[in-house]
Amino acid sequence: MRKIISIILLAIIFIGIILTLCKIPFGIHKTKVGQYYIDKGREETGAVNIVTSVVVNYRGFDTLGEVTILFLVAIGLGAVLSNFKEKGKRKIEPASLILQTGCRFLFPLILLFGAYIFIHGHLTPGGGFQGGAIIASAFLLIYLGCHGKKINEVASKTTESIGGLVFIVIGLIGLTVGGHYFLSNFMPKGQINTLFSAGIIPIIYIAIGFKVGSELAGVIDNLMEKS
Amino acid sequence: MDFLSNNIYYIGAFGLIFIGLFIILVKHNLIKVIIGISILDTGVNLFLIAVGYINKGTAPIFSKPGLDAKNMVDPVPQALVLTAIVIGVAILALALSLAIRLYQHYGTLDLRKIKEQRW
Repeated sequence: MRKIISIILLAIIFIGIILTLCKIPFGIHKTKVGQYYIDKGREETGAVNIVTSVVVNYRGFDTLGEVTILFLVAIGLGAVLSNFKEKGKRKIEPASLILQTGCRFLFPLILLFGAYIFIHGHLTPGGGFQGGAIIASAFLLIYLGCHGKKINEVASKTTESIGGLVFIVIGLIGLTVGGHYFLSNFMPKGQINTLFSAGIIPIIYIAIGFKVGSELAGVIDNLMEKS
Repeated sequence: MDFLSNNIYYIGAFGLIFIGLFIILVKHNLIKVIIGISILDTGVNLFLIAVGYINKGTAPIFSKPGLDAKNMVDPVPQALVLTAIVIGVAILALALSLAIRLYQHYGTLDLRKIKEQRW
């Protein structure tokens, strides 16, 4: 009965979507705002990667909301899993020497790769969120490979707070010094297509990278330790 | 055949969306419902990227000189999907933590056996 109702519901949704999609053909120009960003984005923001200039500069306020949601989830996860009872130690077999050495060897290299991704966010594909996710994957490798090692919770929370504060403070400086709006690009744009260019975009992406990395590492820590 | 090759990304995206919705509506295990939410999320992201695509377009990055600005795909859906992926990860983590608490409280993940969750 439940399956039949579900299939009827899905069929109704399917008909509605087909009727809509007939008016959106695949593979042609559709919006003018996207073309505007592509034409003017390099001069107005100094970033070569147009997606980055949209995420951090044109819609930076939107990104601040996104970072806030991630922060709320990290807090909520800690609150939901806070009062768990330890039901005896699980018996854990220590990992082999090859696995432990491999984890210790790969950990700094993955951190370096994540840092590269978020520092070059305005030049190459990538950015703060992707680099932060890569850094968190390094911590996941440590949790899976070497049992007994934990992240330092105070250091993680401090990094997270400093990342968020840098984002907001740069936005407020832009409001007072640069233009008349939050997160305006007040720093010199520099030579285009070089590392030191694009004004505030690399600074904000570095802050986001540290924040997302430490937040996702905290989420991994909560899910691994308290379940 | 022409129709299929022209609209293959739309078909794939809505295939994923319908698989996800069907899992959410039909399955009884909470972990499977969360997997369905994740598949639905992936389908929506793929659909947004497909809407922004332009035939024979390149990524909107001026990484080397000589790239034509007329020939680039729309950057706005890509920026939106960047947001949506992060929110998807956040929802997945929160849903899994709630599933852990439900299992500790009721001792089961079957939605038919949890009284308050029955429908």
